[in-house]
Amino acid sequence: MTTPLVQMKNISLSFGGVRAVDDVSIDLYPGEVVGLLGHNGAGKSTLIKILSGAYKADSGEIWINGKKCEINSPRDARANSIETIYQTLALADNLDAASNLFLGRELTTAMGFVNDSKQEAETRKIMARLNPNFKKLKEPVSALSGGQRQSVAIARAVYFKAQVLIMDEPTAALGVHETKMVADLITELKKQGLGIFLISHDTREMMELCDRVSVMKNGQVVGTERVEDVTEDDILSMIIMGKNPKAAA
Amino acid sequence: MSDKTPSHPAPAAKRNLLKQLDLDTRLLGMIGAFLVVCLVFNVWTDGRFLTPRNIFNLTIQTVSVAIMATGMVFVIVTRHIDLSVGALLATCTAVMAMMQTRWLPGVLGLEIGSPLIPWITIGLGLITGAVIGAAQGWLIGYRGIPAFIVTLGGLLIWRNVAWYLTDGQTIGPLDDTYILFGGITGTLGWGLSWIVGALAALAAAAGIWSARRARVAHEFPVKPLWAEAVVIALTIGAILGFVAVLNAYELPSRVVARDFAAYGCASPDNCNVAYGIPYSVLLLIAVAVIMTIVATRTRLGRYIFATGGNPDAASLSGINTRLLTVKIFAIVGVLCALGGVVASARLGYHTNDIGTLDELRVIAAAVIGGTALSGGIGTIYGAIFGALIMQSLQSGMAMVGVDAPYQNIVVGAVLVFAVWVDIEYRKRTGAK
Repeated sequence: MTTPLVQMKNISLSFGGVRAVDDVSIDLYPGEVVGLLGHNGAGKSTLIKILSGAYKADSGEIWINGKKCEINSPRDARANSIETIYQTLALADNLDAASNLFLGRELTTAMGFVNDSKQEAETRKIMARLNPNFKKLKEPVSALSGGQRQSVAIARAVYFKAQVLIMDEPTAALGVHETKMVADLITELKKQGLGIFLISHDTREMMELCDRVSVMKNGQVVGTERVEDVTEDDILSMIIMGKNPKAAA
Repeated sequence: MSDKTPSHPAPAAKRNLLKQLDLDTRLLGMIGAFLVVCLVFNVWTDGRFLTPRNIFNLTIQTVSVAIMATGMVFVIVTRHIDLSVGALLATCTAVMAMMQTRWLPGVLGLEIGSPLIPWITIGLGLITGAVIGAAQGWLIGYRGIPAFIVTLGGLLIWRNVAWYLTDGQTIGPLDDTYILFGGITGTLGWGLSWIVGALAALAAAAGIWSARRARVAHEFPVKPLWAEAVVIALTIGAILGFVAVLNAYELPSRVVARDFAAYGCASPDNCNVAYGIPYSVLLLIAVAVIMTIVATRTRLGRYIFATGGNPDAASLSGINTRLLTVKIFAIVGVLCALGGVVASARLGYHTNDIGTLDELRVIAAAVIGGTALSGGIGTIYGAIFGALIMQSLQSGMAMVGVDAPYQNIVVGAVLVFAVWVDIEYRKRTGAK
């Protein structure tokens, strides 16, 4: 058996008196897409924000490639090749695509200045691959369409050669065509051996894209199943009832 | 690579002249507004406004506020505000004035007039500004107290620390070398001004040209050669024109006649001595260049603008936005001290009311210069133009003889109007 890319073991995090994530364990293997499902407030986003360094867990361990890691900041996560595409995309609207792509990891000249022309050239290259229609390189990303903004956020993850990709509702704000593009990309990245955590409310989409799905409710994992072993109805009832029908059976 | 982009996309035929020149329309608008103000006052004052003498005075009056306004851009871009700059300036000048007239001569035993005094003084003044600014930045960034409150408190505190340090007295006269930074006594003179002007023109032209070369090297679209040449010519013309105006202002003949030999003349007759570029203006230009480089070419600047555009995105990208806040306010503190050097040197004294209401002038300069209070947008050159426009209005109205209350009413109305125009401009151009 290969070593898992990511193992989150017994993770808990409380905000005030609320246990947002309660003793959750979850893992991810190379070339695998694991879906996280659940109601709003079930703890999915909090869980992945712990992995991406935005929150720090109260207790529990994170293992990357079989080694225990401390992830205390987004910087730590990035150092472990974990990239996140947030639901909000986390783009600075006033900056252009290149500045956003390299935000926090600017390419610099020998003198230590930001090398804007190099950044623009690299952005052109990766955009030619991800979204050939992308032309607005000089404009602030606020001037871009939802799909174009999404491709900037995705380019950021792909450019830096993520091993683990976290996608929080990547298609929520997209049109049909762009949703298809994201789905194709997920399939391609998966082939390259990346592990992907995918958060979505769209169970049908999840059944198509994921290898396994984990359902969360009230901060706990209700169950994790391979998609070929369950029906969409099973998953829906897990989300709603908060019980694993297969476990009960 | 199979899908190679054409190296020089043909410019679309429909692009108009302005577009080909690819000039910053916002900058053009600001220059236009400034020119309108100048022309109106020039007509109104029967040609007294646009004389070398008045332009010289206008320039040195603007420097102090303009220096601080460049720092205010960073503060407002990150969605903060600094109400304490005028008071901080006062504390810095109080420290510097006491230092050079009392403490250094008294405690260290340096003689008044010692060549060390001005430099130690300025060094300690800058440190004072940096420390106070950083402390305010720490309260804002790490303790989460709104900048409005911290700096409102700072306004009261530093205004009165200055009072306490000086017992409310006017401190002076200040060191002879120190007051060179005020601008009236400290100028480059005719020859050096032209040399500096020529070097600046060369540097600007080289800068524009190397930026073009970099774009060509990466096969990015560039504007046509003739357009580039026009931009370079305009830039050189503006720089040399400015130097020519400052060089056209000559010392009063009786001042020269008193000591004509010192100015290199054989006799007091026909001995014309030009002021040239004031040191304070050189200081402002240096600040402007450095701040512009910081804003556009460094990670610090990139993080400032990213944080202003989307604070959450910035911190999720691994940017330490708290430390960034400390750095920004420390920069403003240093610039307040620099502004203080210029302001007190121009007066020749530290006065108890120095810098009063400067916070409003500085904020107004930054905002008139296109800095958006919603964050993420602003330019250094804009803030300097804003300061220049405000100062032109103020001194123009004073020359015309507008009563003081009307002056302030006009300035207030212009501030609101300028921001409204800017908002409309942004709506039109689709920028945020």
